[in-house]
Amino acid sequence: MRSAVVVFPGSNCDRDLAVAFREVGGREPDLVWHGETSLPDGLDVIGVPGGFSYGDYLRSGAMAARSPVMRAVADAAARGVTVIGVCNGFQILTEAGLLPGALMRNAGLAYICRPVKLAVGNSQSLFTSGYAAGEEITVPIAHHDGNYQADAETLDRLEGEGRVAFRYAERTNGSARDIAGIVNEGGNVLGMMPHPERALETAHGNRDGRRLFEGLFAAVAA
Amino acid sequence: MKARVFVTLKSGVLDPQGKAIHHALQGLGFDGVNDVRAGKLIELDLADGTSIPQIEEMCRKLLANTVIENFRIESMDGAGA
Repeated sequence: MRSAVVVFPGSNCDRDLAVAFREVGGREPDLVWHGETSLPDGLDVIGVPGGFSYGDYLRSGAMAARSPVMRAVADAAARGVTVIGVCNGFQILTEAGLLPGALMRNAGLAYICRPVKLAVGNSQSLFTSGYAAGEEITVPIAHHDGNYQADAETLDRLEGEGRVAFRYAERTNGSARDIAGIVNEGGNVLGMMPHPERALETAHGNRDGRRLFEGLFAAVAA
Repeated sequence: MKARVFVTLKSGVLDPQGKAIHHALQGLGFDGVNDVRAGKLIELDLADGTSIPQIEEMCRKLLANTVIENFRIESMDGAGA
């Protein structure tokens, strides 16, 4: 299983995501600098990490989404390579047009950093096969701009096509229809605000996040 | 030449920042404020002859997220249209 994590200036969760890929995928991922115009050949999984790329100036994820490497990520996603964006990575994927909608300032205006309960939306997806559909899991969030918004037609389509991967099981940040994570039309790109890489080991509090990577790597290998 | 780009949230999109400013104004006793929307002002110093369509392209490609935001361009010394 060959994986890579993109490294943007300012991001602070790239290492954590790389650890998750290594621990679960069994092989050291490549770290790819944002200024690169191409990705290593033969990648199975690409990670777009969390953490304030470009200082979140202009808008969260806006400048990272226009960085050279993201054109290569978009091309890879179009070829069916699996892409997972966490937190700022989710913001980057929406800004890059790989996922619909936008992430806005939390409705309560506060930066929220705590474990939250999530309901798994669809166990058919590559990303949720490690869970039972509707299962409640606990994963930490840490964000200021996690309020997912899209027009009603887009939200209806996401729900109708089973593309809501995770929902907040408690009131959290004002997200439309409590959406915490969605997948693209092809089912190979996931964006989610909660941090599964921060629930990897028992010492993290629980291992609910690890199951995402286990399910994902098993599904991609199959 | 210089141009100003005003980026604002589309009407109907929840503006928590505007709401917070509104509450603060009410707290100061300004009762006549019906609503507050907060936005961004971006000033561009541009090569002479930069056209409005070029600035519009900058807005669509980077400066505004047109899923949730509108933009308005104000040319400060007669940008070529």
